[in-house]
Amino acid sequence: MLKKISALVLAGVTAVALTSCGKGESGAAAPGGGKTIMGFSQVGAESGWRTANTKSVQEAAKAAGIELKFSDAQQKQENQIKAIRSYIQQKVDVIAFSPVVESGWDTVLKEAKNANIPVILTDRAVDSTDKTLYKTFLGSDFVEEGRKAGKWLTEESKSEAGPVNIVELQGTTGSAPANDRKAGFAEVIGSDPKFKVVASQTGDFTRAKGKEVMEAFLKSTPDIDVLYAHNDDMALGAIEAIEGAGKVPGKDIKIISVDAVKDGMQALADGKISYIVECSPLLGPQLMDLTKKVLAKEEVPARVVTEETTFTQEQAKKVLASRQY
Amino acid sequence: MNRRLLWPAVVLALLLLLNLFFTPGFLSIEVKDGHFYGSLIDILRFGAPLVLVSLGMTLVIATGGIDLSVGSVVAISGALACLAISQGTGVLAAVALAVAVALVLGAFNGFLVAVIGIQPIVATLILMVAGRGLAQLITDGQIITVTDAGFKVIGGGYLFMLPFGILLALVVLAATVFLTRRLALGLLIESVGGNAEASRLAGLRSRGILITVYAFAALCAGIAGVMVASNVSSADGNNAGLWIELDAILAVVIGGTLLTGGRFSLGGTVLGALVIQTLTTTIYSIGVPPETTLLFKALVVAAVCLLQSAAFRARAFPRRERPVTQPVQDTTEVAR
Repeated sequence: MLKKISALVLAGVTAVALTSCGKGESGAAAPGGGKTIMGFSQVGAESGWRTANTKSVQEAAKAAGIELKFSDAQQKQENQIKAIRSYIQQKVDVIAFSPVVESGWDTVLKEAKNANIPVILTDRAVDSTDKTLYKTFLGSDFVEEGRKAGKWLTEESKSEAGPVNIVELQGTTGSAPANDRKAGFAEVIGSDPKFKVVASQTGDFTRAKGKEVMEAFLKSTPDIDVLYAHNDDMALGAIEAIEGAGKVPGKDIKIISVDAVKDGMQALADGKISYIVECSPLLGPQLMDLTKKVLAKEEVPARVVTEETTFTQEQAKKVLASRQY
Repeated sequence: MNRRLLWPAVVLALLLLLNLFFTPGFLSIEVKDGHFYGSLIDILRFGAPLVLVSLGMTLVIATGGIDLSVGSVVAISGALACLAISQGTGVLAAVALAVAVALVLGAFNGFLVAVIGIQPIVATLILMVAGRGLAQLITDGQIITVTDAGFKVIGGGYLFMLPFGILLALVVLAATVFLTRRLALGLLIESVGGNAEASRLAGLRSRGILITVYAFAALCAGIAGVMVASNVSSADGNNAGLWIELDAILAVVIGGTLLTGGRFSLGGTVLGALVIQTLTTTIYSIGVPPETTLLFKALVVAAVCLLQSAAFRARAFPRRERPVTQPVQDTTEVAR
């Protein structure tokens, strides 16, 4: 996810990252030995979500019989460009990567294209105007996630006369998931005037900020019916604030959030969160399917949305034990 | 001394008034579930980690140095405490371990500055960058959640109806005031900051003082880190204490301590930290849109800094300010 871009903070570990580019490679088979080889450049390991994403890709590659050359960019674009160039030199069959940032990819992608190596983007997009530089983009649709959250709320409060007072905890200001989740949600609830977003602030996708902002909301806005948090962590922080104010999260204030990480699902099963829209990192199997199609020269859509679902409290109790992240 | 505290105090009062205007019950404090509850309590509670970090930063800055690594130390100590507790260590042992490691990291900073002679901004930059990676290594890039009720008390619990964090910050403040104002340490720090060479010639062991001061800054950051982690019952190596070093430096500057070293004001620093926290809370309460939050903060901070500048005041209010300029100039002379 875009949320934890701490490239600045990690700047100093670049040197380590550079030398460890080839370290994570799985298997030492000679290149091209009949097996499909994929070069995958990951953003980093900045969150549980990202770690689950990495694991999913690695496991799916193994299951699909694809040899994976994995590298971790430690949230630095130059590491990623270096990794892609080395994949081109090694003549891998396909390159997949989650771009750290949106811009600045044209040159290296052209090099891949000239070498006839297809590129698949995962999780995050690039802003290249030349759409032929990559085959497809596989990832979540953040606007749709916002819409799903809005739809549940309209359904849930159908019988209520209103007004329904909503407070919103946004993600990091300016990040794609924050912008899109806000827009999708606003689009759905905007059609009914009984829904009012009475306060909306950024909680930087973190628990600490989620708690701090919610404390302030609870005091400045006396009547809150619903909290919409752009990720589980902020919702978890807000739950502590709501409990501290002597209210019952999930009852006095309904909570909708996005992600479905383990701690969030636990809170959902406990009845503290009311509804979670999944933003799944488990796109490994889909990535391998796409890879096979691309290599078989089949047509693939330019945009593939990750298979995602939503969870109510009942559903959370059922699947909690089998959550991977 | 009092003159220096005047302007941050005025700004703090103005911010509180602004809140009162938008949220009529802002200053009210009620008793809920057997403890005090209200916006003012929130400001103090969420401001406590910043107050702690800023106290340490004040002493470092007073020696003419700067410590950029405190944010990373916050992350490391929170991560260590949570990791230890999640593996079954007792709360006290876990906290002691976290704070002890912070102390060692601070001594390492002090060693680089005092013994090796690296410029403070460079020496502490090393730990600022590497420390964040270290914190992520400890947490394995994950958020460690702990459910220990005892640990929860440090940052989120109450004692004598007040949040425990506030009391902890008060204790550290009292200890710092005692060490620097009742004992000779404060004078020694100011003399090293004023003129390190002259102090050495006068027989001061400036090395020891420098190492002590950096270790103290990291100790404060370590306590703050445990507090931050405890408040949300989890350690987030990526985000805990992120940019707190900049807020702390700002708090010190708002409090009237010069970055060139020399005289320092602990009261001013506490006031400065509270101004910053009140500003943050104000933004949430009056609903400044997130896109303009940073601009709003920048404007207020710029205003405070201008008010702190004797030269600016002398120009802006020529007649009334003449008596004030004199003492402020005195302090700059001492500082140099």
